[in-house]
Amino acid sequence: MDESTKILIIGEIESGSIAQSTKELLAAGRSLADESGKQLCIALTGSNMESNYQEAIDCGADIVYIINHTLLEKYQPDLYLSAICQASINIRPSIILISRNTNGRELAPRLAGRLRVPLAQDCLEVKFQKDSGRMVSYRPVHGGNAMAAIVCKSDPQIASIRPKAYEPAESDPSRVGSFETIDVELNEEMAKVKMINWVEDTTEGVQLETARIVIAGGRGLGGPEPFEDLQKLATLMGGAVGASRAVVDSGWVPHPLQIGLTGKSISPELYITVAISGASQHMAGCSGAKIIVAINKDRQANIFKDSQYGVVGNWQDILPSFTETIRELLS
Amino acid sequence: MIYSLEVNFKSLVQISMSLNIIVLAKQVIDPEMPLSAFQIDQESREIITPSTIPPVVNGFDENAVEAALRIKDTQEANVTVISMGQHFALDVMKKPVSMGADQLVLLQDESFHNAMDALVVAKILSAGITKLGSFDLIIGGRQASDWDNAQVPLVLAEILGLSCITLAKQIEIKNEAVTVERQMLDGVEVLEAPLPSLITVSNELGQPRYPTLRGIMGASRKQPTVWSAADIGINSDDLRQQIEIVDLYLPTSDKDCEIIQGTDDSDSGRLLALKLREAKII
Repeated sequence: MDESTKILIIGEIESGSIAQSTKELLAAGRSLADESGKQLCIALTGSNMESNYQEAIDCGADIVYIINHTLLEKYQPDLYLSAICQASINIRPSIILISRNTNGRELAPRLAGRLRVPLAQDCLEVKFQKDSGRMVSYRPVHGGNAMAAIVCKSDPQIASIRPKAYEPAESDPSRVGSFETIDVELNEEMAKVKMINWVEDTTEGVQLETARIVIAGGRGLGGPEPFEDLQKLATLMGGAVGASRAVVDSGWVPHPLQIGLTGKSISPELYITVAISGASQHMAGCSGAKIIVAINKDRQANIFKDSQYGVVGNWQDILPSFTETIRELLS
Repeated sequence: MIYSLEVNFKSLVQISMSLNIIVLAKQVIDPEMPLSAFQIDQESREIITPSTIPPVVNGFDENAVEAALRIKDTQEANVTVISMGQHFALDVMKKPVSMGADQLVLLQDESFHNAMDALVVAKILSAGITKLGSFDLIIGGRQASDWDNAQVPLVLAEILGLSCITLAKQIEIKNEAVTVERQMLDGVEVLEAPLPSLITVSNELGQPRYPTLRGIMGASRKQPTVWSAADIGINSDDLRQQIEIVDLYLPTSDKDCEIIQGTDDSDSGRLLALKLREAKII
């Protein structure tokens, strides 16, 4: 096996600077690099990326690879995949880290498939194992009911990292590093999938992913009407409303409100759940919440295991007095 | 030159024949089973299949079957469901057929483990699909509820060299292309790809239809096509796992929930709000 000394991060740029999810990868990659003595590299794709290389170095990268191509100005998955695939073959890293965000959840398996190597998907943590010289990846399986520690036995070892699993790397302007440009061959025929329309979601109010406070309802609410009460509470507290998958599947609220493994991942400071049982699939979407509060009539419900504060009882009686007291406290 | 002849021949065939749609389906441990039945075999590092709870077709794969059947509702189409594994509960795996799929192909061999290595699984499925012949569309579920891997369809698309779109909420086929509506965080994307293509679907697509009585009767008479590793040309090299599970364990929760208890539920609600203020959370 080729003893490569490089760890490669597939980086993304958002509004002109290194994306938050990429900074999380830099944090994960930096600790792997320090444990293994390998170099931490990052590939930044697009055009006119030179302005971002110092930022990547400040956040922990030793080498920044700029993949500069006019066809990468706008994100198109087939072209982007081909570019990072060519870069990976060129750089020959022993480890590749990709964020399991919207783009990454599609790119990571395709990159692994194209390189014909396995992928450790949706990892919460990656560690370097000194005696074997391999990366061990920790990932939830069976909807979060179990955790698996896995090792990929062929190179490059690829892991996709769940967003918010790592704190983003902090910037240290005294860090030094180098940068190189990498040429890739791309043509328009490679772009098989074309976007022909975009319909923006016009849900008003606070965005679920960035909300400081989220109030979510579950199947136990019995129908769509109680969500109006949740919305009133959310508006009062400056928060956003979410829901469990059962609620969305029943059509009580629209899909963009779904929190969980197959919905949105949130990380508010306060997450108040009402009549949500807390199946592990749901908890997978709110593992980043700092404080979880549960209102549920079943003391045995799973939600209480992950909550700091709980009330056992009927939400119909609890919610009005809770809302009223909050109103008094905040006025 | 031979290659271009093949392509021309295929497009000619497609004009005169109906669409061939392949749906990927997996048999999984029922994810709705009580947590008390969930057990890990530490030695083999595998989840123990409970003997008293029957397996199910993976939920998102039922969405995939539904997606295929919706296409078949509006145009001439042949829907083949394909699955791979060591053993199958035939009555469970026949569900897609009772929903309306035309045939079931089981790639079944003692050497086909339900493993986390998506590359091995995709190689097996690719061999089975290649043996089936030409197709226009492959539809799969976004992920299986056992390993939550969300990889096999995408790796399969790479092996077969197909265009691919994930997380479709609506699929339409016309003029040798597939149009897909895709739910994103802040809106809906409409994407188009040339056929043959691979699409993954999620619960946004909507509820899978229930089997009709006629469908169930029909499915009970239909026998699946069963192919072994040898039948589809899979050898031990293809089956070599490149992922090793070094540990499998139950996660622990470190939070200690403080239960707020008032004189009645209404009082508890009031005390909860006061508690959050006291703890400086609000």
